[in-house]
Amino acid sequence: MATSIELTQAARDPMIPVPYVVERFLRETNDTFSLELEPFDPTYELAFRPGQFNMLYVFGVGEVPISISGDATDTKRLVHTTREVGVVTRAMRNLKAGHTIGARGPFGTSWPMEEAKGHDVVLVAGGIGLAPLRPALYWILRNRDEYGKVVLLYGTRSPEDILYSKELAKWRSQFDLEVHITVDRATTEWRGNVGVVTKLVGRAPFDPTDTVAMVCGPEIMMRFAVEELTKRGVAEANIYVSMERNMKCGVGLCGHCQLRGEFVCKDGPVYRYDLIEPLFVEREL
Amino acid sequence: MTDLYPIIRSQEFFKEFSEEDVHEVAGCATNIVLHPGQYVFREGEPANHFYLVRHGKVSLELLLPGRGVVVVETIEEGEPLGWSWLIPPYRWHFAARCDTLLRAIALDGECLRNKCEANPKLGYHLMLRMAQMMESRLQASILRMLDVYGDKH
Repeated sequence: MATSIELTQAARDPMIPVPYVVERFLRETNDTFSLELEPFDPTYELAFRPGQFNMLYVFGVGEVPISISGDATDTKRLVHTTREVGVVTRAMRNLKAGHTIGARGPFGTSWPMEEAKGHDVVLVAGGIGLAPLRPALYWILRNRDEYGKVVLLYGTRSPEDILYSKELAKWRSQFDLEVHITVDRATTEWRGNVGVVTKLVGRAPFDPTDTVAMVCGPEIMMRFAVEELTKRGVAEANIYVSMERNMKCGVGLCGHCQLRGEFVCKDGPVYRYDLIEPLFVEREL
Repeated sequence: MTDLYPIIRSQEFFKEFSEEDVHEVAGCATNIVLHPGQYVFREGEPANHFYLVRHGKVSLELLLPGRGVVVVETIEEGEPLGWSWLIPPYRWHFAARCDTLLRAIALDGECLRNKCEANPKLGYHLMLRMAQMMESRLQASILRMLDVYGDKH
């Protein structure tokens, strides 16, 4: 059996997964779930920045990149939220408390938490894109005095697909945070908004000349969200998006996620929009 | 009769219109107040008006046989409601139900059409604005039709 010293040393090699134990499996919606993980070695600490991702390894099945969706100040617990979309995530769905999983990371760039200080912050999330933005929201709420108005705009397919519904309800009741949710389709029982999330941008209460926007969701949604933000007057240099490509190694070696000169796993996934704009509609190479 | 010019002038929809054109439009306007649960219009009824929501929220509904009533869109403060007044046969395709107390400006469709016929400049500006609204709703509909949240992200 490996000692904790060996495990810590292994953790320094970005290609070797660190073993974690599943502490809790949380069903979020019909097809999404969260895993709360604690390191196999209790002395191990994982420091990450909001927006970064890990490569999660289901032993004997495979590895996938998943954004970290927990609190960055909690270095003892990792939280990942994902949707069942393939072999690995389906295997993950079957993990139970006590099972082991590997994690490499954290990798990639992060949301501009420092740059956003002193400004209004608008977070625009679509579908499971709320998961990579949640650490940014935790961060802001912990340092609330350092930011101006904070607005979360969240769109998803239906009321049943809303992620973190209890937390959203809590955040909505706070006076220092505006939360607006919309769904693409609903029955008359749903009392909230119906329509695309980009439509909320026009109505949201923030000063566009003094706003940093963080956008995460399907790329087509991000394109339209950026369009609405710039229409409102937010400068492209103040808009950040999280790109997703076929990340494999996590350190810019394998080239699976390459977009022209960019390796999304290393140079992204969070980009300032004005720097990534020409690549924003690039097809996978 | 209350002059609704200042209210219409303050609406985002008419922001780019000249003073003269807004006065023309105000001649077709009335103020309405409806209560939660009341319908602004119902599917299949003659589309006689165009609305600007000043306060409140309206759900656009469609009855799907076998599935019940589905909300296809919500319209809120500052947004225009309805374009069927513009296109023959002038019948509503959806129902519009008030989710909250609704205060709105109702513009008479026939009155507007007549003014547009008589004043092509006003007609062009109004059509341009309506086209922008339709384009925005069309884009939104395409996004929803793509069901992007069903993808792996």
